[in-house]
Amino acid sequence: MANKIDACGLDCPQPVILTKKALEGITDGVIEVIVDNKPASENVSRLAKNSGCGVEFTETQGTYIIKIIKRRKNGEN
Amino acid sequence: MGKIKISWMVFLTGGLLGVLFAFLISLGNPPNMGVCGICFIRDIAGALGLHHMEKLSYIRPEILGFILGAFIIGIFTKEFKVIGGSSPIIRFTISFFVAMGALVFLGCPIRMLGRLAGGDWTALAGLLGFIVGIWIGTLFLKGGFTLGKAQEVSKINGFIIPVIALILFILLLAKPSFLVLTPKGHAPIVIAIIAGLLIGIFAQRARLCFAGGIRDIFLMKDFHLFSGILGFFLFCFMGNLLLGQFKPGVSPGVHTNYIASFLGMLLVGWGSVLIGGCPFRQTILAGYGNTDSGISFLGMVAGVAVAHNFMIAGSAAGVLSNGIIAMIIGIGVFFIIGLSNKVVSS
Repeated sequence: MANKIDACGLDCPQPVILTKKALEGITDGVIEVIVDNKPASENVSRLAKNSGCGVEFTETQGTYIIKIIKRRKNGEN
Repeated sequence: MGKIKISWMVFLTGGLLGVLFAFLISLGNPPNMGVCGICFIRDIAGALGLHHMEKLSYIRPEILGFILGAFIIGIFTKEFKVIGGSSPIIRFTISFFVAMGALVFLGCPIRMLGRLAGGDWTALAGLLGFIVGIWIGTLFLKGGFTLGKAQEVSKINGFIIPVIALILFILLLAKPSFLVLTPKGHAPIVIAIIAGLLIGIFAQRARLCFAGGIRDIFLMKDFHLFSGILGFFLFCFMGNLLLGQFKPGVSPGVHTNYIASFLGMLLVGWGSVLIGGCPFRQTILAGYGNTDSGISFLGMVAGVAVAHNFMIAGSAAGVLSNGIIAMIIGIGVFFIIGLSNKVVSS
């Protein structure tokens, strides 16, 4: 089940904080973050990559959807 | 986690600003004030007669360049998007106190680092306050602080701040008698505007933010934006050395009231985190369509004027009790705003 975070219109770094909280709340799964400006999309993508997650990125007319795929790490239950 | 990863684009943008900081001093800008986000807004406010410190009155082309550079590159990259409506009057209020805090210390985060890179160790008190302020700000963010969502507003809103910048530049060239322009302490207009435009363009691309650099370390051990602080400091230090401007000790024009410096920059750090960016970043954002940052910019204009009219700002003579009282009021205001905007929802 995909978690969705609508972080449109929020100041830096709130989209990142919301994403971070959501990522900490799951061991594996998909989180979809929607933002409406490029800096926020870069920041969310960077957080996801730094956390070792997969990132898929789509842009349509100024709206950015960042799909973050978190997989259970080896040895983790 | 916790690995220091330098982002070269941000590092070099900070470096460019650092070099220009040192270079502009050698070309006539005041010592240890090569480029300052707040002091230069203060000078512009003075030029327009909003305060009456004639020596601190000049239309600084660098600030206009930040705005216009960000505007031009925003149009070019299609990132010029006009948004607003995220608690504008709170942003005005926070920026008002951020500006006063910076003038109690004597410098925005850029000048604070520039003072350090010029050998002025008295700025360490400000740096410490800045870091503590940012840390307090991140506690509020973690607790769910938000000023609410911004929305897209009509395009014309986004042109107001860039047009004001353009008009101010034309006024500087025309020099009408109603402007107050100090004859000393500034680099040639052509060089200053080119420097400002270059910084505006690159800073927009790199999202350079001096408060963000430290904030992101506290929040997620991310050194992306910190790279800009590092780049600025190293290049500014080297520039100062090469130009013979590195002078260890108390630099001229600043004070040694460390408590005031600490409190002033505490407000700058804390306030910058609450409104999503340092004074410099707010100025850049105002250039490419963020009208909330435009309001923050105007809040800073009001803050610098009041800081001088009410004798709150620091000077070489020190800081009056007015300055300390204003800082304590600012802390109270930030607490109230911080606690009353805790909305835990997405």
